[in-house]
Amino acid sequence: MSMSLHDFLYMDGYYFYVWSSYGLAVVILVWNVLSPMRQKRSLLRRLGKPKRRGRNS
Amino acid sequence: MYKSIVKLASTRNFYQFAGKLLPWLGWSTLILLLIGSYWGLVIAPTDYQQKDSYRIIYIHVPAAWMSLFIYMVMAGSGAAALIWKTKVSEIIANSCAPIGASFTFLALVTGSLWGKPMWGTWWEWDARLTSELILLFLYLGYMALQAAIEDRRTAARASAILAIVGVVNIPIIHYSVEWWFTLHQGPTVSKFSAPSMDKSMLYPLLVMAIAFKLFFLTALLQRSRNEILDRESTSTWVLESRDSL
Repeated sequence: MSMSLHDFLYMDGYYFYVWSSYGLAVVILVWNVLSPMRQKRSLLRRLGKPKRRGRNS
Repeated sequence: MYKSIVKLASTRNFYQFAGKLLPWLGWSTLILLLIGSYWGLVIAPTDYQQKDSYRIIYIHVPAAWMSLFIYMVMAGSGAAALIWKTKVSEIIANSCAPIGASFTFLALVTGSLWGKPMWGTWWEWDARLTSELILLFLYLGYMALQAAIEDRRTAARASAILAIVGVVNIPIIHYSVEWWFTLHQGPTVSKFSAPSMDKSMLYPLLVMAIAFKLFFLTALLQRSRNEILDRESTSTWVLESRDSL
């Protein structure tokens, strides 16, 4: 492939639009996974589950 | 008595089954997302008209598809909860709302980010964009209703009715580009007989679409498990298996 890293990042000049889109996608996907994880942790704390090894909160 | 045992068993089974499925779903979603993004961003050729800006399609279109699909799942399980009063369908409907709202938001913003360089405007009150915005409000309305009503049964019934009424918006979004003159382009993929998209660009889109669908399933199971845990925090199976939840 003859494409350089600069060309890849530059996106034919549309870098702002393309990378903002992908960046927001990452943020939203990560949020969708982390927010139920956090919720579960607080639910388990309410249930009085003993803390896992090596993890303190 | 018998009925309540069956119901409890079903949420319990659902919880455990979903727990077994989750790691498999999560990892295959991640792998597909990476393959799809690399394929879409690096391997797929540049469009001769839109240049590299078209690569937004690999986020925008799967997100928009999911915004509709999740709504149908939400309204469908809401309807099931109304008819059969099944706990699991109530829980699934509730878990759909925040995920669907986030995908709708992603579809709207990426559409805006694509519209600016291509149409010269961030936003236009045309039929496709407006009906998609209404979809976001339907999701948010569902969540607000859930939060506002104290009693779970009443909340489930009210929000299910809202979701079912909102279904009229789905065909409007889908056909808006054909019914009205809109700025938004017509369908490029749904015409399976002859999609107006080259295979080299179409395949990564399909990979991303599958990845988003699996992602939805992963997030849905996570949230549903939490709601089961929340509702049944006093039942014996939860208390007895606290260490393996």
